[in-house]
Amino acid sequence: MSDQATVSDKNAGMITRVEELGYELKIGQVMTTKVVTLSPETTILEALDVFKQHRISGTPVTVEGELVGIISTEDLIRALRDGRIDRSVSTYMTKDLITVKATDYIVEALKVFAKTKVGRLPVVNENNKLIGLITKGDITNGLLTALQRDYQAEEIIRYRASHLFEDIESDRTSLILRYRIIKDDFVHGGAASNNIKRALLRLGANRQIARKCGIAVYESEMNLIIHTNNGGFLRVEIEPHKITIEAYDDGPGIDDVEKALTPGYSTATEEIRDKGFGAGMGLVNIRSCVDEMSLKSSKESGTNLFMTMYLDKPGN
Amino acid sequence: MKFLDVIAICEGTLVTPDVDQVPEIKGGFAGDLMSDVLASIQSEAVLITGLCNPQVVRTALIADVRLIIFARGKKPGNDILHLAKEENLPVATSHLGLYEISGRLSQAGLPSCEVELNLFPND
Repeated sequence: MSDQATVSDKNAGMITRVEELGYELKIGQVMTTKVVTLSPETTILEALDVFKQHRISGTPVTVEGELVGIISTEDLIRALRDGRIDRSVSTYMTKDLITVKATDYIVEALKVFAKTKVGRLPVVNENNKLIGLITKGDITNGLLTALQRDYQAEEIIRYRASHLFEDIESDRTSLILRYRIIKDDFVHGGAASNNIKRALLRLGANRQIARKCGIAVYESEMNLIIHTNNGGFLRVEIEPHKITIEAYDDGPGIDDVEKALTPGYSTATEEIRDKGFGAGMGLVNIRSCVDEMSLKSSKESGTNLFMTMYLDKPGN
Repeated sequence: MKFLDVIAICEGTLVTPDVDQVPEIKGGFAGDLMSDVLASIQSEAVLITGLCNPQVVRTALIADVRLIIFARGKKPGNDILHLAKEENLPVATSHLGLYEISGRLSQAGLPSCEVELNLFPND
């Protein structure tokens, strides 16, 4: 964990969720509240028994709830080395204490752990009364619990989206996405298609279907941008077992529909080709991605392209 | 082939440092016409192209491309870089041409990710 006080916009992007949690979780949320305490008069021998019984390696020493010291295995070893196991805990305990508050973020405790050799920190209230104890293990547990919670929340969102159709009862449920496509808007060309592809993935469609549908819509979208008088509309209807895509405009219509379906045939200008389009593959690509395609075009009412994909079809 | 090996072999420079790198590139595809790309590229490929506009990124997203290499020293503008960052798609540039890049990658063992099209099944 970094000890830096300031976070620039640049490195903010590199902060991990765990580091973020360091500033979100408070010590009070992760600390142990059931703390075994000793009184200053407890003998070293008694302390040894308590440590053994509770399988702990250190514990706070209090007088009527107020923190007066902390005693660890290391202190007990010093007493044993001196042969003074009959002496009181107060002789050997650490009195120069580092404490933290329950309202501090866990990053504060982590900073102390990084700077000092202490393995546990007493948590006190404003009256120096002991209210808990925090160890590195408590922090690890707290972080893991929080991450688990994040994960579950995300899973629920994902589940809800992918089971949308199962959750809603009706005779026929469908989700309709509509996009207005503007003539010559190459800057946003393909944005609608990518949004549709993303929506399908979120709804639980497999990658292959999302990709095929994306390609069909993308080609339709580019056709609307390149070949229409005033742009047009994309309408995608998603149902549990099929996707229907419609691209329509109000002109100028396709002169020769059969020719337009010929691979490599293009009416695009040199300028359009410089942009990477007009390969004469658009409708051909669409046909290979969808299960059904029908094209109607006239000078009077413009062009309507209908496409259907069946989700249960083998190979999809 | 390893992501960074692909870039090293074509003497490329990664221009999207903030974007997550993918571990493996499955194969390669080169082309300047986006419909050709959509027609026959397989998923998880590196797309080598001489075209340099935001449509390349959008096409790549639709086609599940894992890395775009702009050939012949073409420098992607801010619009492209911004979109690539937003969509988490890595972009590199190379001073080499399409043929040279493709040749080097192919020689190094990167397979083609191009599906052969049967456009005129009745002929």
